[in-house]
Amino acid sequence: MINAKTLKILSNDVRKQVIEISYLAKSSHIGSSLSIVDILIVLYKNILKKNIFILSKGHACLAYYCVLQKFNYINKKLLYSYGKNNTLLLSHVSHKVPGVEFSTGSLGHGLPYAVGRALAEKINKKEKKIYVLVSDGELNEGTTWESLLFASFHRLNNLIIIIDYNKIQSLDFTKNILKLEPLNKKFISFGCSVTIINGHNYHQIYKSLVIKNKNKPHVIIANTIKGKGIKFMENSILWHYKSPDKKELFDAMKELI
Amino acid sequence: MRNFFIDELILATQKNKNIVLLVNDLGFGVIEKFVKKFPNNYFNVGVSEQSMIGYAAGLAAAGKHVFVYSIANFPTFRCAEQIRNDVDYHNFSVTIVSVGAGVGYGNLGYTHHALQDYALMRSFPNTLILSPGDIMELRSCVRYIIKNPQPSYLRLDKTYNYKIHTKLPKVSPGKWIKVLGNNKEKKIIYLTTGAVIDYVKKKFFKKKNCSLYSLPIWGMKSKNKQHNFIKKYKKIIVVEDHFQDGGFQSWINESLNNKNCKTTIISKSINSSVVNKVGSKEYLMNYLK
Repeated sequence: MINAKTLKILSNDVRKQVIEISYLAKSSHIGSSLSIVDILIVLYKNILKKNIFILSKGHACLAYYCVLQKFNYINKKLLYSYGKNNTLLLSHVSHKVPGVEFSTGSLGHGLPYAVGRALAEKINKKEKKIYVLVSDGELNEGTTWESLLFASFHRLNNLIIIIDYNKIQSLDFTKNILKLEPLNKKFISFGCSVTIINGHNYHQIYKSLVIKNKNKPHVIIANTIKGKGIKFMENSILWHYKSPDKKELFDAMKELI
Repeated sequence: MRNFFIDELILATQKNKNIVLLVNDLGFGVIEKFVKKFPNNYFNVGVSEQSMIGYAAGLAAAGKHVFVYSIANFPTFRCAEQIRNDVDYHNFSVTIVSVGAGVGYGNLGYTHHALQDYALMRSFPNTLILSPGDIMELRSCVRYIIKNPQPSYLRLDKTYNYKIHTKLPKVSPGKWIKVLGNNKEKKIIYLTTGAVIDYVKKKFFKKKNCSLYSLPIWGMKSKNKQHNFIKKYKKIIVVEDHFQDGGFQSWINESLNNKNCKTTIISKSINSSVVNKVGSKEYLMNYLK
């Protein structure tokens, strides 16, 4: 089982680092990073020892790198080189970084890769589960739906797809671009099982991640808040792009103490 | 060529159970032998080329050597970014096999002609192009890539089963193979890649005056080896069933950048006026000028 108090402390630390490094590197995608912190922390604390994780929304790599540092895959010096010249840590997730399975950045690539990886486990009669975290905007990509057809046809019950459903994509709210709803019905009709959770509730995240599926891929629709944890960044399209200035850095840090 | 390819793949899979064949609902009359022998090493992914390359990358990450079999531009241009990011960038052992080189699909038309595929595939730093000139080169190429798994593109003609080499030639990246001509090096040579040897022999080749070489395996990494071959000759006529722009002759020319070389290089390639023309492969090959 999980210790929510420990997870809360870890998540808080990671959020602080995300904001600080985003300030130092003047980097974008802070809102996308903050929305997945709680999911990443549960994955790394409680799930991933023998399993595989793919971050398909590669632009949220800052949160991922901070979590990798927390769990000792990379050191602090490397983490704080984020966005600088001649570092491993480019601003989209890279397989050259210790602990990273697959490079992403262009959307719609992580899920097909995860499907191939899950299929290989089946062929090799191995037990690993493949977790892939995709964004809601990414669901616009055709490869999502091609991959679901294949994964459900081949009964890849070792594939767990987590949707970071923060309801904001690059230029607008998802409902104003292609309207994803009814999302759960779409996944069910493609042959997946679905759990809908609060993506910031550690118990719900954990319970959904350890689900044992008989013969279907599993989709977790994680309702999240873009910019979660910093009130003035939450649910804002602006914070898909902006990095904090000095005042915003201090204001944000105050909220996380 | 495609049947010889499948036979080689069957031979290899008998020894190496990590070979996996993916098809995008294509391969009628060709792949059945493989499927019958190795049903667990084969997946028809449906008509979804982009995802197919992603699946291939995932399988390769788990130790598989994945052969992706398709036709024309479907496994290249349709999924160019998946090849770039998922396969080449990660240096995965995925071999993309495309049947229907050049105008091989004749009157099926421009959508089924591979005329720009070298331009795309040679732009990926880790990807090796394997474009055999006859069935013996094909067999050597398949054996080479099975022994040296890496991102790769195997380009095959549809019906061309020409055999000119009497034994399996030794192939390696960037190495020219002598096909015709006597042992005394001549000053004018033809250089080809891919299934055009027969065509060159009939159409252009004059035995007394020159030799013919084939370069079946090439790519970005073997470009810097070319100068040493090129500089031996006064004139090289490069023949390919591809547009000149971004093609094999362009690659040969680029290899001479900043090098002092007096060799004249001439291109014989497919003219872009072929785009709206209808006809058999033999008819459309008249646009190779």
